[in-house]
Amino acid sequence: MATKILLDKINIPGIKSYDVYRENGGYASVEKALKTMAPDDITEQVKASGLRGRGGAGFPVGLKWSFIDKKSGKPRHLVCNADESEPGTFKDRYLMEYIPHLLIEGMITASYALGANLSYIYIRGEYMWVFKTLERAIKEAYAAGWLGKNILGTDYSLDLHVHCGAGAYICGEETALIESLEGKRGNPRIKPPFPAVSGLWGNPTVVNNVESIANIPWIVNNSGDDYAKIGLGRSTGTKLISASGHIRKPGVYEIEMGITVEEFINSDEYCGGMMDDRPIKALIPGGSSVPILPAHLIYKTANGEDRLMTYESLSDGGFESGSMLGSGGFIVYNDTACIVRNTWNFARFYAHESCGQCSPCREGTGWMEKVLHRIETGHGTMDDIDLLWNIQSNIEGNTICPLGDAAAWPVAAAIRHFRAEFEYHVLFPEKVKDRNHYVNEPFSSIKHLINK
Amino acid sequence: METKKYKQNINITPELQQRIDELLSHYPADKKKSALLPVLHAAQDAHDNWLSAELMDKVAEILGITSIEVYEVVTFYTMYNQKPMGTYMFEFCLTSCCGIRGADDMMEYACEKLGIKPGETTPDGLFSVVGVQCLGACGYAPMMQLGDFYKEHLTREKIDQIIDDCKAGKVILHDK
Repeated sequence: MATKILLDKINIPGIKSYDVYRENGGYASVEKALKTMAPDDITEQVKASGLRGRGGAGFPVGLKWSFIDKKSGKPRHLVCNADESEPGTFKDRYLMEYIPHLLIEGMITASYALGANLSYIYIRGEYMWVFKTLERAIKEAYAAGWLGKNILGTDYSLDLHVHCGAGAYICGEETALIESLEGKRGNPRIKPPFPAVSGLWGNPTVVNNVESIANIPWIVNNSGDDYAKIGLGRSTGTKLISASGHIRKPGVYEIEMGITVEEFINSDEYCGGMMDDRPIKALIPGGSSVPILPAHLIYKTANGEDRLMTYESLSDGGFESGSMLGSGGFIVYNDTACIVRNTWNFARFYAHESCGQCSPCREGTGWMEKVLHRIETGHGTMDDIDLLWNIQSNIEGNTICPLGDAAAWPVAAAIRHFRAEFEYHVLFPEKVKDRNHYVNEPFSSIKHLINK
Repeated sequence: METKKYKQNINITPELQQRIDELLSHYPADKKKSALLPVLHAAQDAHDNWLSAELMDKVAEILGITSIEVYEVVTFYTMYNQKPMGTYMFEFCLTSCCGIRGADDMMEYACEKLGIKPGETTPDGLFSVVGVQCLGACGYAPMMQLGDFYKEHLTREKIDQIIDDCKAGKVILHDK
């Protein structure tokens, strides 16, 4: 059985409540940290662990903490990014819903390390019942003395609150999240200055993902070195993967990094294999923004090596033959899925969610959505495929925040790996008028028609 | 703003005022504007799930900010309704896995059953149906949001049941 760091207690009855959580070793990391460790010792342990940000970017957490401005004398803040909004990703909700005190424990220990006395959990507004679950858990933590003035009789005090957003994907970007937390539109800020210098209300701020923070108690209770022994190479520790699509057992799984993609999809411990035993057609391993992989690049890299569930292996070969681990939003497609329709679906999402601040994103995402809709419904031309390529390449890298890249990459990868399906849509408009055109006639059985 | 077309009775009840005071206590005294999003949620929940211009003005007054600061936020975020909605608002996720697991069919079925189109409200004011972008429940697709909660793994039969339960007043919309 694989090591579990985040979900090891998830099946204990009543673990959502403070009493049961505490009886099962909860809040031990706060006790250890406040009574025996200096704040910088914790940062060093997190650095040693090799923990990388679990929100998608994969930036080393300890290094990010070390950037926080401690010399300005301004108040510091820790903000937990719980604005989980990347299509395909639903792992953080699982943690917060079923074991909310784990996140609160991590927030206290991490806030102590950063010297923050006022911290927030920014949660997406749609997760309203999770927001209320967290509110109740925070009240329990206050009542038990883990939050508030002079925690455990030490000099350290912390106020922690949960703050709800209101339905904007862009608020998952850290500077947009801070703007939103200040009561404004979620428009990303230009960096620099980075939040570590000027974040919430102009104060030094660290923004970390839920899963990243939930790892902190284990690292403090054990050690950074012990954490680094789990996983493979620079992909240390475990990772929550939210698996969905045409698999037998969709859900949230904790894996040790380094298992093969084939094992993750086909073993009974995880996804349980393909739904209805249909062949696998494509995979998005890290949420909608990362490039899609065609069947021949899912289980093996371009070099013929086993594809592993690690940051490095999933990105092997760059975007030509690889993708990204991203947020761990793992979407599996069988042969009935229409890649053009799926790409249009994502394009519609990014067009809807663009904040409109940067022209390439504001104009480009909407334009891509229109062209893709045209092709998907059988009204496109061959020139439209080249036009799409041209539009996405003019968005990528030309926006303040990564939403532009997130919108461009899926389109580029779909054309790169599945151009024949786009051409089929242009050549056989009558066939694709049916919304579920590949369900009864998978593309693999009709692709020969393109060359006739 | 669309909201100017509609009238609403503004009522800051003691319960709502208490909730607003609690939310305000979460932020430094000179950063009251930070409470804007949570306060708008509370105000909307207490006023039949929508925000009129008058209600937004009231929120601005409570937070000590200008009305335009409230309007620009309300028009940016999708969860604030600027017109009256049905008591039971079916928000179907159409993105990602919901898209490949039949979300469009589910929404069309609900609309057909209720005799409305996406974005519309039934004449009795009981139901609205809207399509929304990703709700983060991809493993439990297709799904919809109803009040504070998610209804997952939807089938036609489940939609029938949910509609019947709503009509019978058996559906709880808010997690108290």
